[in-house]
Amino acid sequence: MFAALGDPTRLALVARLSRGQPCSISQLTEGSRLTRQAITKHLRVLEGVGIVRSVRAGRESIYKFDPQPIEELKQYLDSMSKQWDDALSRLKAFVES
Amino acid sequence: MANDRIEKRIELKAPVSRVWRALTDYREFGEWFRVKLDGPFVPGEISHGHITYPGYQHLKWEAVIQKMEPERLFSFTWHPYAIDQKKDYSNETPTLVEFRLEKIPTGTLLLLTESGFDKIPADRHLEAFRMNDGGWTQQMKNIESHVSQKSSSQGV
Repeated sequence: MFAALGDPTRLALVARLSRGQPCSISQLTEGSRLTRQAITKHLRVLEGVGIVRSVRAGRESIYKFDPQPIEELKQYLDSMSKQWDDALSRLKAFVES
Repeated sequence: MANDRIEKRIELKAPVSRVWRALTDYREFGEWFRVKLDGPFVPGEISHGHITYPGYQHLKWEAVIQKMEPERLFSFTWHPYAIDQKKDYSNETPTLVEFRLEKIPTGTLLLLTESGFDKIPADRHLEAFRMNDGGWTQQMKNIESHVSQKSSSQGV
């Protein structure tokens, strides 16, 4: 997941797909300096970690964003972060008493 | 988003020596961390114990002590949220927890870092507790701003 989003092109693809309509590879390639093959390769990586899903529509694949994996990861980190907040406040009370 | 660590900083109104003892004396650590440990921390060795937090007393606590640089750095590796007792977590890459201490006029600045969350398998994320909704909007804003700063030149 981190590796998938660590690439700026993929992050930009995710941002674009998350803003609105599902897109075909042609739509995603339009206005981009990247080739269709390059975009396809990046989409496969995102598909691999479940952030993006594709459905066939005729001869094209339509890609859409799936927020769930990122949401789960965020919830996970949030809950870990909360645990540390609680532990550190107990430490603070402990050493300051 | 592309951040794999938790970082905290907290100012403690106590001398560095006091904070160091609270972190590295296994009985004192156990008091505030809510874990009953079997024995002292020794770098390179596994620390065993069990959680004393109400409702979680059945859980074991296990960490490998990494560094103990007096009054400066204490670190260990562990498997965060290893809450499924039937599961073997030993094949997973542990996260690294580091406590760094700095003397400040009012006492001690404690910097906590837990890193390596990128190595935690995705199915473990579900094991963490379900939290309230609403984080997603902010997350997308973060991604958008990250994109606009770092990759406007990518042309996607």
